[in-house]
Amino acid sequence: MAEALATITEIATPGMIQIRADLDRAGDAIAEAAGLAIPAQTRFSAAGDRWLGWMSPDELLLILPRADVAEAVAALNDALTGEHALVLDVSDMRAGFDVIGNGAGEALAKLAPVDFARLAGDGVRRTRLAQVSCAIWPVGGGYRVVGFRSVADYMRGLLQGAARPGTTLAPR
Amino acid sequence: MSDNHSFRLATGGRLIDRAYQVPFRFDGRQMRGLEGDTLASALLANGQLMMGRSFKYHRPRGPIASGAEEPNALLGLGRGGRFEPNQRATTTPVVAGMVTSSQNCWPSLNADIGAVNNWLWRFFPAGFYYKTFMQPRGAWKHLFEPVIRRSAGLGKAPTEADPDKYEQAYGFADVVVVGGGIAGLAAARDAAAEGKQVLVLEQNPHWGGRTPTDHADGQGRVDALLAELRALPNVTLRRNTMATGLYDHGYLLAREALADHDPNQGIPRQRLWRIRAGHVITATGALERPLAFAGNDVPGVMLASAVRDFIGDYAVAPGRRIVVVTNNDDAYRTALAALDAGLEVPVVIDARSTADGDLPQAVRARGVRVLTGSGIAGVKGYRGVEAVKICDQTGSGDVRETVEADAVAMSGGWSPVVHLWSHCGGKLNWNADSVFFAPDPARPPLGADGKGMASATGAAAGDLRVAALTGAVQERSLLPVWVMPEHATRKARFKMWLDFQNDVKVSDVELAAQEGYESVEHTKRYTTLGMATDQGKVSNINGLAVLSKALSQAIPATGTTTFRPPYTPLTLGTIAGEARGEIFQPLRKTPMHDWNERHGAHWEPVGHWRRAYCYPKGGESHAAAVAREIRAVRASVGTLDASTLGKIIVKGPDAGKFLDMMYTNMMSTLPVGKCRYGLICSENGFLTDDGVAARLSDDTWLVHTTTGGADRIHGHFEDWLQCEWWDWKVYTANVTEQWAQVAVVGPQARTLLERLGGMDLSPEALPFMGWAEGELAGIPARVYRISFSGELSFEVAVPANRGLELWEKLHDLGRDLDVTPYGTEAMHVMRAEKGFIMIGDETDGTVIPQDLGLNWAISKKKADYIGKRAQERSHMTDPNRWKLVGLESLDGRVIPDGAYAVASGRNGNHQRNTQGRVTSTYFSPTLNKPIAMALVLNGPDRMGDILEFTNPGGEPVKARICDPVFYDKEGTRANG
Repeated sequence: MAEALATITEIATPGMIQIRADLDRAGDAIAEAAGLAIPAQTRFSAAGDRWLGWMSPDELLLILPRADVAEAVAALNDALTGEHALVLDVSDMRAGFDVIGNGAGEALAKLAPVDFARLAGDGVRRTRLAQVSCAIWPVGGGYRVVGFRSVADYMRGLLQGAARPGTTLAPR
Repeated sequence: MSDNHSFRLATGGRLIDRAYQVPFRFDGRQMRGLEGDTLASALLANGQLMMGRSFKYHRPRGPIASGAEEPNALLGLGRGGRFEPNQRATTTPVVAGMVTSSQNCWPSLNADIGAVNNWLWRFFPAGFYYKTFMQPRGAWKHLFEPVIRRSAGLGKAPTEADPDKYEQAYGFADVVVVGGGIAGLAAARDAAAEGKQVLVLEQNPHWGGRTPTDHADGQGRVDALLAELRALPNVTLRRNTMATGLYDHGYLLAREALADHDPNQGIPRQRLWRIRAGHVITATGALERPLAFAGNDVPGVMLASAVRDFIGDYAVAPGRRIVVVTNNDDAYRTALAALDAGLEVPVVIDARSTADGDLPQAVRARGVRVLTGSGIAGVKGYRGVEAVKICDQTGSGDVRETVEADAVAMSGGWSPVVHLWSHCGGKLNWNADSVFFAPDPARPPLGADGKGMASATGAAAGDLRVAALTGAVQERSLLPVWVMPEHATRKARFKMWLDFQNDVKVSDVELAAQEGYESVEHTKRYTTLGMATDQGKVSNINGLAVLSKALSQAIPATGTTTFRPPYTPLTLGTIAGEARGEIFQPLRKTPMHDWNERHGAHWEPVGHWRRAYCYPKGGESHAAAVAREIRAVRASVGTLDASTLGKIIVKGPDAGKFLDMMYTNMMSTLPVGKCRYGLICSENGFLTDDGVAARLSDDTWLVHTTTGGADRIHGHFEDWLQCEWWDWKVYTANVTEQWAQVAVVGPQARTLLERLGGMDLSPEALPFMGWAEGELAGIPARVYRISFSGELSFEVAVPANRGLELWEKLHDLGRDLDVTPYGTEAMHVMRAEKGFIMIGDETDGTVIPQDLGLNWAISKKKADYIGKRAQERSHMTDPNRWKLVGLESLDGRVIPDGAYAVASGRNGNHQRNTQGRVTSTYFSPTLNKPIAMALVLNGPDRMGDILEFTNPGGEPVKARICDPVFYDKEGTRANG
């Protein structure tokens, strides 16, 4: 029997902060408070245990250790004083999976309308996994998928099915 | 018996491997095919020429084609859950152990009782069903339709669940070439040379299309191209993949067969590719057309191309003496192939007055008689060809001579496959010289940039020979022949099939024209031409040509019917993909889901959530569980998992202004620290959602929606913000899942919460409709003092990851208080006891807040809110709108849900007049009697009146109109 296309591992979701603001006006202040450069459209920037991803023209997602969330929320709110902005701790509403292996892109291509061959190493896609929304970006050896906690079981079922042994997308 | 003509040739067969025999069963008989055979070639090799019965007349039918266009040879495949009807024998590879069965025949293929229809053909003309079953009106539904449905239909639907797996996949390419024939392969090479990412899709297991069969060094040419393409990193070649439809924006669907007929590999049976193509090149080839002569449907009459495919690809011959009948040079290739295989070709019948091209001359040189200016007047034989009657093509069918034969290879010319090109709006031109419709390169289907998103190449573009690539010899032009012979008698026209699967004949189309049908689309539906599972692949052009002739107009004036996806039928399994079983739909689970499940929750689906309806104990009925839960709440304390309630953050300098527009009442004046109940209406004024908003800070509100309304209301907010008030400074965020929420309800609610410790929840610190933030049992919490039950009630929100911890603590610490988890039904009953409305019960999309006596929640001061102007329309202010009241059942029976209150007289449809409708109805365990709410004509002014409610299958229920607040009218219990 062939091997699964990828191994599916549920992750302990780290801290996550949703940031909405006018990135042109407030970008520098956010970068300073987040400790990371503002990513280009559909990209993320990362350093150490922090990750900052582009979610929409006025939305970013900051991922960081849970222990640092409260301080970061306060720092961001401080930095955005006087700006129309929204900073929210959304750490608890998420579920995440690592899809690791040579066939990780193939497994995900069965569920998400993403051209993984053209996804940059620092690229992030806010997309969907079959019927639920998610974000996907590359991690070492595969991809990380983050969606909503209520559908974690659904996402696991999808990913395990898509990675079933012998189901490579390679032409036969 | 005349149906044992077909046989396996001793040598040859490009696609078969004689070393491997493949046993299979057909209608219970054991047969043997060879590795590489299709079911059709394997059946032919076993002498089984007859493979099915036609739809209407149950005529015996053999295959007429060798590919996807086959209308006749449709079989039932497999058994049990894997049974699949209407599978084309010509495209289904034979697999060891395969079980196949013929269709549309009873009791058996050879002795089919339905064939009696064949002798009643005069009674089944075009539009037969419409004409016959018009009167009496009720008879169609109750008498005719059930009988026709039982006797009609080709394959049977499977009755068991499909055990196979299916999947979908998203694909991307700069250029997708559809068709792996020589033209497609060359197009792929050219696109690849420009540096494009190229994907080539081929519906068959083999590359090269017709070229290896039709051209002397065809295989070599195809192999050379393939070798070139395989060496290119930017080309992907995918076999067994049928492009089914082309949609807007270069969205191409294709079905890849992975384990179609070997289901035990454990891999998905089929995969549906959803491809975004930068550009699509249709290299889909062409299909040969039959000729319309009397008896052209007798088994053994085949397309000329199919005959040489069966000989060349599979080394099976449909007969030993093959007559070729044609209007073009190409069919002479079949005569040559038959001769090369050692078969007899007694005569080639050519409708043209001369036939002196290279191919006809080559056939003459082999000593074959070529009869020009000739046609077939009729075919002798019923289950197989016995002889062919020859006449002048220009005459009326006087038989000049009869030639014994056991197969006929016919060719009426070729039609480019224009389906994909046409699916998305590509236009066609009629080519009078070549006699076919072909893509007009000047009018392609357009992409988002206004440029063509598809182009056609090779035979699909009208270049039938693709001589530049195949080296094909020159051919002389063909003669359009739509009826053979030209002046055939009326009787003969009744035997000339156009649509083989649906039994539509020349006479049917002519009759339709005679009866006034002019549009090809109407004629199609009237005669059923092209409406079968093959969608008229071999019949369309012939049919519309006959229609044009009958209407005395040119073929382009008639035009084609609309080409729609899928190109060949798609299994429903591929459309469902992975969405079946456990992952049919996303099932949303709260942080307390597993606890609820462990404690016996009976589930109620609400949106995609599963909520506990009640928690039956032991053998307790649901009703008993609900009653127990309600009594426990009203007596002491209960907990409700309210995590599913929608929670939307609304923040910004304009948030107050925005919420004043969204809600019917005032939200901007709500003080920080307070909660307010509000109503949300649609633009048309109808009540669509309700809930409690809390002001978190100067510029931030947290809005609660109904469980099912969260996504919808968030979308509603964003719609207005993004499309109408894009300059308002408001951000919204749906944080429903960030919080686990528990309603702690009952006279002992405060006592229980105080045991958790950490917050002052006294009436002074946290008054009714206030909220406070702090820690409970060390868990960060926001506590809202709101009540949907009339009891003292706190809704406690904690981060979702700690929801279960809070819930379990409440149950640990409240054991002596008899703390009871309660479900949605107890919640529903308790709110009804208090006369609180429920979205979806009291509202149904036609109800405005004023109908429900909620005028107190509608601001009179505000200049505007969504729905305000609609609510001022005359119909909305009509005093005769039904209004909310309570109901007391007179005899103790629960009033049926949705029941109507009858009024005197009848309406224009002879139905009883009505004056009200039940919106909620329960047995109240608290009051020990039935309670109900209803919308009633002038209801609030008719307190004490008695209404009679319909009760299907029982005595009507009488009820007295009363105040909808049944319990604790003074509202003191909410204060604890």
